[in-house]
Amino acid sequence: MNDFTAIGRRRLLGTTAAGLAAATLPLGGALAQAKPLVVGFIYVGPRDDYGYNQAHAEGAAALKKMAGVKVLEEEKVPETVAVEKSMESMINLDGASLVFPTSFGYFDPHMLKMAAKFPKVQFRHCGGMWTQGKHPANTGSYFGYIDEGQYLNGVVAGHASKSGKLGFIAAKPIPQVLRNINAFTLGARSVNPAITTQVIITGDWALPVKEAEATNSLIAQGVDVVTCHVDSPKVVVETAERRGIMTCGYHANQAKLAPKGYLTGAEWNWHKVYGDFIADMKANKAPGNFVRGGLKEGFVKTSPYGAAVPEKARTMADGIKAQMLGGAFTIFKGAMKDNKGNTVIAAGKSHAQTDPWLESMNWLVEGVIA
Amino acid sequence: MSGDLGLWAVPVAMLGGAIRVSTPYIFVSLGECLTERSGRINLGLEGTLVLGAMSAYGIAYLSGSPWLGVLVAMLAGALLGGLHALLCGLPKVNDIAVGISLMLFGTGMAFFLGKPFVQPKAPNLPSIPLGWWIEQPELRAALEINPLFVVGILLALALTWFLGRTRRGLILRAAGDSSEAVRAMGYSAETMRFTATTAGGALAGIGGAFLSLYYPGSWNEGLSSGQGLMAIALVIFARWQPIRCIWASLLFGAAGALGPALQSVGVTWGYYLFGAAPYVLTLGIMIATCSPTRSLRGAPAELGVTR
Amino acid sequence: MSVTTAAGVNAERPAALSEKLRAAAQAAAPTLFAVLVTAVIFAVFLFAAGADPFEVYELIWTGAFASWFSLQNTLLRAAPLLLVALCTALPARLGLVIIGGEGAIVFGGLAAAAIGVVLIDTPYVPALLLMAAAAMVSGAALIALAGWLRHARGVNETISSLLLTYIAIAVFNHLVEGPLRDPASLNKPSTASISDHHMIGTIPGTDVHWGLAIGVVVCLAMAVLMRKTTFGFAARMVGGNMRAARMAGLPIGKLVITTCAMAGAAGGLAGMIEVAAIHGKANASLNTGYGYTGILVAFLARHEPAAVIPVAILFGGINAAGGLLQRRMDLPDATVLVLQGILFVVLLASETLRGRSLFGR
Repeated sequence: MNDFTAIGRRRLLGTTAAGLAAATLPLGGALAQAKPLVVGFIYVGPRDDYGYNQAHAEGAAALKKMAGVKVLEEEKVPETVAVEKSMESMINLDGASLVFPTSFGYFDPHMLKMAAKFPKVQFRHCGGMWTQGKHPANTGSYFGYIDEGQYLNGVVAGHASKSGKLGFIAAKPIPQVLRNINAFTLGARSVNPAITTQVIITGDWALPVKEAEATNSLIAQGVDVVTCHVDSPKVVVETAERRGIMTCGYHANQAKLAPKGYLTGAEWNWHKVYGDFIADMKANKAPGNFVRGGLKEGFVKTSPYGAAVPEKARTMADGIKAQMLGGAFTIFKGAMKDNKGNTVIAAGKSHAQTDPWLESMNWLVEGVIA
Repeated sequence: MSGDLGLWAVPVAMLGGAIRVSTPYIFVSLGECLTERSGRINLGLEGTLVLGAMSAYGIAYLSGSPWLGVLVAMLAGALLGGLHALLCGLPKVNDIAVGISLMLFGTGMAFFLGKPFVQPKAPNLPSIPLGWWIEQPELRAALEINPLFVVGILLALALTWFLGRTRRGLILRAAGDSSEAVRAMGYSAETMRFTATTAGGALAGIGGAFLSLYYPGSWNEGLSSGQGLMAIALVIFARWQPIRCIWASLLFGAAGALGPALQSVGVTWGYYLFGAAPYVLTLGIMIATCSPTRSLRGAPAELGVTR
Repeated sequence: MSVTTAAGVNAERPAALSEKLRAAAQAAAPTLFAVLVTAVIFAVFLFAAGADPFEVYELIWTGAFASWFSLQNTLLRAAPLLLVALCTALPARLGLVIIGGEGAIVFGGLAAAAIGVVLIDTPYVPALLLMAAAAMVSGAALIALAGWLRHARGVNETISSLLLTYIAIAVFNHLVEGPLRDPASLNKPSTASISDHHMIGTIPGTDVHWGLAIGVVVCLAMAVLMRKTTFGFAARMVGGNMRAARMAGLPIGKLVITTCAMAGAAGGLAGMIEVAAIHGKANASLNTGYGYTGILVAFLARHEPAAVIPVAILFGGINAAGGLLQRRMDLPDATVLVLQGILFVVLLASETLRGRSLFGR
């Protein structure tokens, strides 16, 4: 189909009507200088949702400060033909050579289709399961092991909780969410083996009224620490703070919203990932195809401890974090049972964070009530 | 410290949810009740609700006063209501279509202007701890009500008195029942409907302010899930009586709280289906109460919504 | 255009082409006027928001129509709108305001995907026909229910179709994430994929799938149905004057339910095309608002199936340009919503300028 190299595109731009718009871009005037690297970001929700999309946007914002990099962003792009056209538009009209579709549903078929159409453009998808041989070489996926952050959340929550009941508000029971629930519970149970996590599923990624109701229902059940995996934890954190219980944050730092009850949080550190990708592109090297990392690689980070975190909790969590930073800590190791009594990890067996088996998780660990 | 309530959590949650979640329904249904009593149907209240929510949040953040936010939401709602009335007043314009168009317009404006307000935290409306004497924390929390809830109840009483016992109210009802009768009395049905629709919009705006300034207490684009539209079905269910609107709103609030409450006690199957409970309830009520032959008892005759 | 016969009744004699064109121009005039007024109001809004209106309109042109890529983008986005708009436009001819397009799409898409999985080994044409049939039946059932409730129980069809849409989406989500979920779909719960062989291809030489052509054909067929057949005439009579229709003995119930069923079938077909041409499976991507845009398209086209075609293209263009507006001018995506809202409001206001109203009320 159409395959434009960057230089050919500039000549073409001069002759089409699109050239009119492109003339307003610095790209036209940048002929005298080195051409900037044009990077496109596509978000499925609003950029300022205090959560998932914002974390990516903050990573993109860090790129904007870099010399020789031009960042394009589009938000609220649905996972249909619209995202295909957004990507194509960024490539055709704006000369993007690296595209980041940041929502899981963009992967198949949309990104794969565009990757086949533009073999010279690099596509990196957040969260997908890129497989050698199955997916084209100009695509790839990256993700962070934020469950390490949730494990640490759980450790702190386990210390701080007085009722022994934790709550987790989840959007959908998909593997990435289940992994977080399990890590959170495992962390808490390493402190108090009798602790339970109550899960409520709202059904979609951004349902403020349901999230508030879920928080209230959990509190009615005696839960005193709550965390969540929804696109924007803002409502959950604020509702919990108003009712006087503690929260662990997710995606981004929500400490400002809950000055009394915020314990700690699991955050993305996307600018590290994006910075690495840019460095590769600038060195004319294709970025990695299957990029994963946790605390050790700097892909995720934890929020500073809040005032309500007891000293014991800080010490223990810091200790585990140090182990994780050294790559010496395994969260998912045997023997492990799920909440129905089946053994999911046999005794003696362990799954390192990089193990792809973890990315298709479909069970909940013992101690999760759901 | 409390032990958990076990299965009692479900009715307690539903009581708390009924009070929390019903307040926007109360305001929107009272507003729509007034509008429909005058003979006009306003389907655009969903957009008014969202615009009211955004403007309340924005003003509360910028000024520091949540009550000022409520006031501005009322004004914004009145504006949209007035626009609706103006458009419907033009000959050959269809009420329902105008309603849908304003729903879109109001929502679009709210999302556009509300972008800068997603991040910041606006001060919330205070709450009145009605259950201060109760030991059990969950029950106490369920009875923590918002002043607007009280205002809503008082408003319903006031509206009943207004519609039933004052001259203006009688003329308004006449506008809804028979345009000729109103004209014979020397008044214009159109002016009555204009006032009623504008007032109805103002009330819907207050309902929106509740959403963004109290519960859930935050502004973002997913705030409303069709409350504005369901309130219209609510009004039919309540047979256009303001007091019945309160009961119907409470019922709907409880239905909305059902899903999460059931999950919290372990009923985790079919959370989508339970989430659809309010809609199924509304539909069921409409099927049960409407009839093609006898006109709906209490329906304003000028209203095009029932035959 | 009418002559008085000996009986004193106005009858239409066949109009000359020039007169037909004039009538068409007269019919289109208020709509064009509305579009112009909208452009002005939107420009004022943009100016107040700190954006240069001319730049915005230029970008809309660039993003929607100015290049082959933009044009294909527009057509691709218009394709589902063609069918979904019929879901509102067809019942509107009877005087019913149905806004259940979103529900029809998701139901149709789900049915098509569910059947498609079973038909893996069936040859291309029968498989597609069966998927289309399943989709059309599901969509038809939903909207016909709203129509029946209106006819048999007097339930307002606008509210009931909206409620049915919410309920349909809830059932859809429940099935897609539950009994019909493909375990390999991981973090995007979906039904199992239909066979690659059964995917609807693109029109040769373009990026646009055949769904566009199907939509155009169906719209034209509906236009013919509504204008030239007895059924269409009877339907319009019901929409124009219910009492006269009843006195004339028209089978109102049958007309209502049949028309609603056709409307739902169109919506369902749109869902099937989304599945078979784009996604290959049914998941939450079917539920992204095509139904609501379809309502707008229907109203702006004054519920004329033939007029739906240009209007759908217009809306496809506006949506296609939305991305460019975001990137180049830092305008939020809600800008497009505001434009559509203003357009709708102005259009309705401009109805007063017209000789004939949208509805017989």
